Amino acid sequence: MSPSGILLLWIVSLVALGLFAFRVRYLLGLLRLGRGENRLGGVGRRLAAVAWEVLGQRRLLREPAGVLHFGIFWGFVVYASAFIFSLFKGLLPFLPYPMPEEIGPVALALEVFGVVVLAGIGGAAFRRYLLRPPRLEQSRDAGVILLLIGSLMVTSLLSSGFHVVATGHASFLWNPVGTGLASLMVGGGLAPSAASSLQLTMWWLHMVLVLGFLAYLPYSKHLHLLASSFSVFLTDLSPRGRLRTADADGGGPDPLNARNFTWRELLNPFACAECGRCDRVCPAQTSGAALSPQKMVHHIKEHLLEAGPYLLRGTPRNGHYPELVGGVVSADELWACTTCYACMERCPVMNEHIPLIVRMRRYLVTRGEVDARLQDALTATSRYGNSFGQSPKTRARWTQGLEVPVKDVRREQAQYLWFVGDYASFDPAAREATRAAARVLHRAGVSFGILYDGEQTSGNDIRRVGEEGLFEMLAEKNIATMQKCRFDEIITTDPHAYNTLKNEYPEFGGTWPVVHYTELFDRLIDAERLRPARRLGLRATYHDPCYLGRYNGIYEAPRRVLRALGADLVEMPRNRLNAYCCGAGGGRIWMEEAAGVKERPAERRVREAAVLNGVGTLVVTCPKEITMFRDAVKTTGHEEGLMIKDLAELVEEATTPEVSGHA
Amino acid sequence: MNIAVLLSMVPDLVEELEIAPSGVALDTQWLRYLLSESDDHALEQALLLKERYGGKVTALALDRGEAEEALYTALARGADEAVKLTGIPEEGWGKRAAAAVVGAVLKESAPDLILTGVQAIDDMDGHMAGALAGILGLPFVGVTRSVDAPGAGKVLVQKEYPGGMAAEIEVDLPAVIGVLSAPQPPRYVPVARIREARKTRTISEREAPSVAAPEGLVIRRLFKPEPAERAEMLDGTPEEMARQIVTILENRGLVR
Amino acid sequence: MSTSGQDVWVYVEHLKGEVLGHTYELLGKGREVAGALGGRLVAVLAGSAVQPLASTLGVADSVLCIEDAGLAEFTPEGHGAVLRALAEKDPPRLMLFGATSAGMDLAALTSATMGIPLVVNCKEIGIEDDRVVVTSQMCGGKLLGEVETGGNMVALTVLPGAFPSQKGLSDRAPTVQNLPSPVPLEGVRTRVTRLLEPEAGDVDITRAPVLIAVGRGIQRQDNLPLAEELAGLLGGAVCASRPVIDQGWLPLTRQVGKSGMVVKPKFYLALGISGASEHVEGMKDSELTIAVNSDPRAPIFDVADYGVAADMFDVLPILTEELRARKPSAP
Repeated sequence: MSPSGILLLWIVSLVALGLFAFRVRYLLGLLRLGRGENRLGGVGRRLAAVAWEVLGQRRLLREPAGVLHFGIFWGFVVYASAFIFSLFKGLLPFLPYPMPEEIGPVALALEVFGVVVLAGIGGAAFRRYLLRPPRLEQSRDAGVILLLIGSLMVTSLLSSGFHVVATGHASFLWNPVGTGLASLMVGGGLAPSAASSLQLTMWWLHMVLVLGFLAYLPYSKHLHLLASSFSVFLTDLSPRGRLRTADADGGGPDPLNARNFTWRELLNPFACAECGRCDRVCPAQTSGAALSPQKMVHHIKEHLLEAGPYLLRGTPRNGHYPELVGGVVSADELWACTTCYACMERCPVMNEHIPLIVRMRRYLVTRGEVDARLQDALTATSRYGNSFGQSPKTRARWTQGLEVPVKDVRREQAQYLWFVGDYASFDPAAREATRAAARVLHRAGVSFGILYDGEQTSGNDIRRVGEEGLFEMLAEKNIATMQKCRFDEIITTDPHAYNTLKNEYPEFGGTWPVVHYTELFDRLIDAERLRPARRLGLRATYHDPCYLGRYNGIYEAPRRVLRALGADLVEMPRNRLNAYCCGAGGGRIWMEEAAGVKERPAERRVREAAVLNGVGTLVVTCPKEITMFRDAVKTTGHEEGLMIKDLAELVEEATTPEVSGHA
Repeated sequence: MNIAVLLSMVPDLVEELEIAPSGVALDTQWLRYLLSESDDHALEQALLLKERYGGKVTALALDRGEAEEALYTALARGADEAVKLTGIPEEGWGKRAAAAVVGAVLKESAPDLILTGVQAIDDMDGHMAGALAGILGLPFVGVTRSVDAPGAGKVLVQKEYPGGMAAEIEVDLPAVIGVLSAPQPPRYVPVARIREARKTRTISEREAPSVAAPEGLVIRRLFKPEPAERAEMLDGTPEEMARQIVTILENRGLVR
Repeated sequence: MSTSGQDVWVYVEHLKGEVLGHTYELLGKGREVAGALGGRLVAVLAGSAVQPLASTLGVADSVLCIEDAGLAEFTPEGHGAVLRALAEKDPPRLMLFGATSAGMDLAALTSATMGIPLVVNCKEIGIEDDRVVVTSQMCGGKLLGEVETGGNMVALTVLPGAFPSQKGLSDRAPTVQNLPSPVPLEGVRTRVTRLLEPEAGDVDITRAPVLIAVGRGIQRQDNLPLAEELAGLLGGAVCASRPVIDQGWLPLTRQVGKSGMVVKPKFYLALGISGASEHVEGMKDSELTIAVNSDPRAPIFDVADYGVAADMFDVLPILTEELRARKPSAP
């Protein structure tokens, strides 16, 4: 390359890198607006996450279209590596290595990936512009990037062809594409001298495109190329079911802004690739409610870029930019979330939507902006310790007339402290399941007791609604009550209570082992303390509660129990970590129907179960689901065909000795 | 504008009411108290006025049941001062006696506007708002759904009437308004805010002045109503009861 | 004891040129009580150009008709001042007010300014050996207090629906005593600036022959279609008690009760309504009332003709199902 060429390359490179660095520095400045948060422990686990999620593209590959991204991603890695060598060789010609494409295996890799990437891009373009899947954002950015990457591949492959023509070194082994193209070019009458200058043109074009892309990247949605690896590396390693405490969540006269978030929360929008996977699994979005996790994250990004300069300078808002909550993110969106974790389970860049939503909900609660029914539930809970607004004295009313004794664990030692929870205690339908669970435990000789009127609601959903102060009060009261009792483990039938008792109470000093009744039943059957006396000849499907499954990974215990009872278990298409939420979580059960809902999540779920061949029973293991699904079978007209049964009821049925039989 | 809001605690009906052995009072041992609903609205109305026009809101409560909780909540919601009137007998007073005591206190502090609920569920010998106005000799309107203060020295209230009617009434200050409801439901105040108020704010205490108790009423007995004094109760399973309803409608010619 | 000290006064409530129905309930009971006390029954009618209304008050021995431009619209202060001046001159034994928007204001103020005892929300009034003994309803109907009133003069507010209105109706022409206002009214510090009509539009529940009324027991707005379906089958409309309206689930025009509409349908089905006096005031004259409420002690069963002590959601779907098979007859 001529000295003037080298100089030009230096200038182009410095300009591109300068633009890149300028933008990245600015974005880092925005992240620094956020509060501190420690995300550096457990480097091994973090690297493993990067290996799986970034290098392995694990979550992307859960959808067929992920294969296209896999190809593009690895092609990009190969090309980016080659480019770096190429660039340095161009800038510093004295470096003692050849151009990457002059090394046989590297050239082959470039050509193969060039084709793979072109195929990937062709596929992506076909999907994006011809198939047009819903919830895929049609942005200009997306078109630009497909065109750009495509051009990189085309220039590179053409360059290889020109090289073969110019040098006459044909090699089907190392340059299959270049050699093929070269024979076409020669057939077209291309002279070696012309090919040589064309190759140089291609090289320049390639360089300029890549450098241009580098400069453009942090200004576009393809920022995710840079940010996603960090997002994955800086993932939350604490239990999924543990929300961070509120610190000071703003409120007061100041509107919520970037300073109220942690830097990691601000990183979410930068890492988002707007792929729409969160939207496709979101029960709010798919039922027609206002929330789109993808748009919400995108709007936060827009807000951050708009408000950022003012915040960095410390200028007051003064109408310079719209408010975040109530402005770019509506209260309706925030309240529509069921905190089911499907979005976070699915997100390829491990974005953390729920902490963002809860943070903004906390802000709304601080300002008293809650809907009337939610306000009733919160007021009742702070007053009576239950969201039903019932007298605490009636909490254990379900034990009245029960055939088996229920200890008061505050007075009598027991192996298990049964934390019953609100729905299992007060909801009439759920209470029947609670009574069945008590009879089963008694039948298995399990020593258990409850807190009677000493129990307050666990607060799992109170916390997710954003009423952090109330949650803390409930946790403190429950822990103080339980600390006075003598027991070994906590058992609960309520996955929501299970989640907060297990994952969040330890932070408040409540560090007891917690077991869900499905786990205990599983153990009891295994130990033959519960013996099915007959096989339940029913064909059933099982719904994974979000807070049992996705949050706490308990998928198999309830299934083993069902199989032990002789049930013929048929899975719904969406099961285990893909299970579809019933719509009750995150405090939604206390709120008005979200605006715009066409088909409630529970109704969608019931329809999913109802079409399964021969399935007549939907088995649930969460007290809230009994009421959600019994309501949904009525409204969808499946009341005849689909029974909603709690696992405890089935266990009781199967373990009841035949009248003529023996125990 | 100085606004005084009187907050009364009333029995919480979530708990089963028990009659004391005397037969003429509620058994306070089993009683929980909570802020009277229309007083809650009166406080909201006061805070709305303060937000719109400025001024100072003082919440007063007779020391009964969870009055302190109600006062800290009022501070957390935006009240400027909270005053607890102590020295209340355990069985409380009737509304007339309470109005006499509160009236004596308010006569001294002489606020521009006194807001309180127009009624409470435990009203028997009177309603607080009207009684206060009578004692203080102030203008009074009760059963309001909104209070506004567009001009100096007066307020404009909307008083509800049957049939969805309402009257807009101009009231010269100082005055007593008996609030039925505020234009918007009482706001939610998060627990953290109430806890903070408990730490950082103080409630001033005042011994209730002694006033001559009004006479004229003797409670003979308190009792719970017999179920259904009038209705003929239908029995049976839900199906049977539904069918009986249909039969009644058929007999009346409402369905064929 | 002078006979004038044994009189029973009834404060006549009127709005837009009509006497409110509740006043006749007071007059009916007042007639009986005045008889027992050996006093006269006096209807106190204050307003502007209200004399024509006096002709409907024939149950009373006499009507005190006070006309003054300053009394044209009700204010507790203006009407209270007149009442007080009259009562000081010729003290009655009992003053009866409705437990209504105007009545409760006036009773509370009059009791305090005159220093006379008051019992509110009475649902029973009796005379025992010259003592007035009343039963007051408290705590949303969960508690009753039997109270003996001493003193020379007592004020009572009476729950709407506690007594039948028929006994307060008479064709007899009453003796009307026309008086000017006994007090000057220029200095009154409360002035009605305008009357606000209810919002127009929506369904006129006062004309519906059948009303399905829902209260707190409906729990959620999504449950409203259950009531609407039933209303549709019976050719009626859905209305509600105050808590449901306050939630914004139905417009204000559907509210029945003290600050809502007064309805008299052929059939009123009260679902999950406890029967607070504010609500009962608006529906007590329905021809047939059936109430469904899970609390057997709910005061709605005191006004209903038939009661079902059950969860409305257990009964409602079955009832709808039963009726779906039939056709409602023309109203």
